Amino acid sequence: MERFAELLDRLVLTPARNGKLRLLTDYFTTVPDPDRGYGLAALTGGLDFPAVKPAMLRTLTTERVDPVLFAYSYDYVGDLAETVSLIWPADGGMEAPALSEVVERLSHASRSDAPAVMARLLDQLSPSGRFAAIKLATGGLRVGVSARLTKQALAAFGNVEVQEIEELWHGLAAPYTELFAWLEGKRPKPENAAKAPFRPVMLAHPAAEADFSTLDPEAYAAEWKWDGIRVQAVAEGGVRRLYSRTGDDISGAFPDLIEAMDFDAALDGELLVGDPREKTGTFSDLQQRLNRKTVSRTMLTNYPVFMRCYDLLLLGDRDARTLPYAERRSQLAAFVADLPGDRFDLSPEISFASWQELDDKRCHPPHPVIEGVMLKRKDSPYLPGRPKGPWFKWKRDPFTVDAVLMYAQRGHGKRSSFYSDYTFGVWSGPTEDPVLVPVGKAYFGFTDEELRQIDKYVRDNTVERFGPVRAVRADKSHGLVLEVAFEGLNRSTRHKSGIAMRFPRISRLRWDKPTHEADRIETLEGMLPPG
Amino acid sequence: MTSARDLLRSRPEGLCCPEGQFFIDPVRPVERALITHGHADHARAGHGAVLATKETLDIMRLRYGEGFAGTVQEARPDEAISINGMRITFHPAGHVLGSAQIAVEANGARIVASGDYKRSRDPTCAPFEPIPCDVFITEATFALPVFTHPDPTHEVGQLLTSLKQFPERTHIVGAYTLGKAQRVIALLREAGYGETIYIHGALAKLCAYYESTGVPLGPLQAATVEEEGEAPPAGTVVVAPPAAIDDRWSRRFADPLACFASGWMRIRQRARQRGVELPLIISDHADWNELTDTIRETGAGEVWVTHGREEALVRWCELNGIMAKPLHLAGYEDEAE
Repeated sequence: MERFAELLDRLVLTPARNGKLRLLTDYFTTVPDPDRGYGLAALTGGLDFPAVKPAMLRTLTTERVDPVLFAYSYDYVGDLAETVSLIWPADGGMEAPALSEVVERLSHASRSDAPAVMARLLDQLSPSGRFAAIKLATGGLRVGVSARLTKQALAAFGNVEVQEIEELWHGLAAPYTELFAWLEGKRPKPENAAKAPFRPVMLAHPAAEADFSTLDPEAYAAEWKWDGIRVQAVAEGGVRRLYSRTGDDISGAFPDLIEAMDFDAALDGELLVGDPREKTGTFSDLQQRLNRKTVSRTMLTNYPVFMRCYDLLLLGDRDARTLPYAERRSQLAAFVADLPGDRFDLSPEISFASWQELDDKRCHPPHPVIEGVMLKRKDSPYLPGRPKGPWFKWKRDPFTVDAVLMYAQRGHGKRSSFYSDYTFGVWSGPTEDPVLVPVGKAYFGFTDEELRQIDKYVRDNTVERFGPVRAVRADKSHGLVLEVAFEGLNRSTRHKSGIAMRFPRISRLRWDKPTHEADRIETLEGMLPPG
Repeated sequence: MTSARDLLRSRPEGLCCPEGQFFIDPVRPVERALITHGHADHARAGHGAVLATKETLDIMRLRYGEGFAGTVQEARPDEAISINGMRITFHPAGHVLGSAQIAVEANGARIVASGDYKRSRDPTCAPFEPIPCDVFITEATFALPVFTHPDPTHEVGQLLTSLKQFPERTHIVGAYTLGKAQRVIALLREAGYGETIYIHGALAKLCAYYESTGVPLGPLQAATVEEEGEAPPAGTVVVAPPAAIDDRWSRRFADPLACFASGWMRIRQRARQRGVELPLIISDHADWNELTDTIRETGAGEVWVTHGREEALVRWCELNGIMAKPLHLAGYEDEAE
């Protein structure tokens, strides 16, 4: 358990992706079975112990510690799990249980004996171990590591492609001993016995990497790239599952779509909100439905989901992935035609004779929820991962806005001595006396040299400091204008400006531009989706 | 009849002994000062007369130069000094090299000012000795029950593990210039780390002084040299004052990994706020259990709690039937570690 606790402590403070991968592979290399398998399950969200609740921990603690001292401490620390883990009176000298033992005890705990089980665990662990046990028991490790990143670390550990792991994943269970045995070359690859497994998705390269002069428009089919989330709908032998593009099972959040999956096939497509016959909703509509474990009736009524189908992977018991795209597409068209029209439709193709024509269409899409076009070689099979050549995504050009730098925050790791995270704003209020209102934050898009320049600018123009943040002089006559590129805007009640930017990044430093020429909030409001 | 509680009182200049006409760790220049240890907020320049341990006087001289006080007097261990009828003794506090508690006695009553102290092992200074007394004035830097410092050898082990995991990154350890830096280096040596350790310029004199008093620190080298571009090789340990970690100074090192040796690192949010990747919970102040154990050991009937989280320790004393009050002394850096 202590080794797992140490891993969590390091992960949460390690900002760099490569650093996290290193810590994870090191954990898988040095920790024996079955503990590393339970660690893997915990990091991929595969463990759930409903019997332990945070309120119970507070009660357990105040039974052992003076409530006034507890209150002082909680007030200072600010986090219940951390306060409990630190203030819990140490018993000393007890052997700390292994992670597998902790999982075993928690999974057998009933609602009535959970407090006793938890108290005994806390008695036996170090402060760090207690924190890990509490996080494990109450769910949500929140160490900045996704299930996807964990699987990538596994792939690096076993020197295999991450798709191979994703494909196997749903047939495996903690503590994953056969998976580790395969990754260490001690046993053959496990057979996936699960019904309706995930099949690794095929991904596209950006069109910027393509040399259109050498590509024959005749050889490619084109379709719109819709702004939802890529999903895979699989129904086999009565088992129905909806997967995210990384193989996470998200069926539970979409009972409306699952119910309509009355077929034997595996489909690739885009999950969107609305009714395909009438209306395709925006990404922010879809967000209402994302990252939920359960979904209310109102949600289902107000934000129904449907799937816009791109591809066919399996039909009955025939694997369609080896067929050329054109053949899969015609089978898909016939298949989708028989599905319920409120839940499924076929992604329309775009006819074009030349790249120029397609580019024009790309720049003037017929629907606001389109974010570009997809190109697919007509003769290409469906291949896992991101093969170079058969598929390209040609995104709509990003939106840009000229904003003024308002605050800068110090970065992490390599950038810890640089002010590298920038909050920027646009003008708002009366034109004769405008004020800057923050509209977003960006921390990439610039070169190392530009970073040095902005860092110097921030240090030379600081008007106020708040810990790691500096307020930078920004008024009508003085300030730094940043050209910010972004993928779209959502309405937001959490931001003062009422706007949330998607994927903002600094596209250019406008040293030349006077601040009063930066954009106004009305420009951004005009870009908001209707609603 | 003087009682122990009349021997010392709080004044704007610091802790004052009215009858003895001296101050302990005054924050402003006074006629006569008794200094517990060399940290800048306790040991200031410009007093008329200073009484302190030999090491504290040496450290003050290193920091402020020869004329840091009018006259100086060395307090030797186990030697009583009489000042205006007060009997004064200095006793090791285990905080940093030369740190002392100061006991003041008159008419059979004794009050002890702890200064800063700790009870955990430190290879660079003499260990704390509990002194029986009537009133004990304790520091309270980490006086919340959430502060439990782990064994420092475990923390140094974490640093050594990280050096193996990230051999391409320079590990910059932020550590307070006097005491913590030398302790971290000494702990690394104890753990078998024999490589050259690179030190920030601000540490050079104090490290040399520690070595001259018989605290071996192994091979040290300046982290920064005049020639531009000369930096220690990747995968080495650099020890620097905490403020230098995220200063432009650190840019010369290979992909620096920020470590911070401090008791505050017990709280995750503290580490996160400072951008620390590897917190090392190594403190030169007593943690909660050390504080409460020490109060019991002194047998003091009354406890005055100063600089830190007074209210929690006062509460603990009340729960344990010990009279206690917060003693508000101005001018100490609450968070200095």
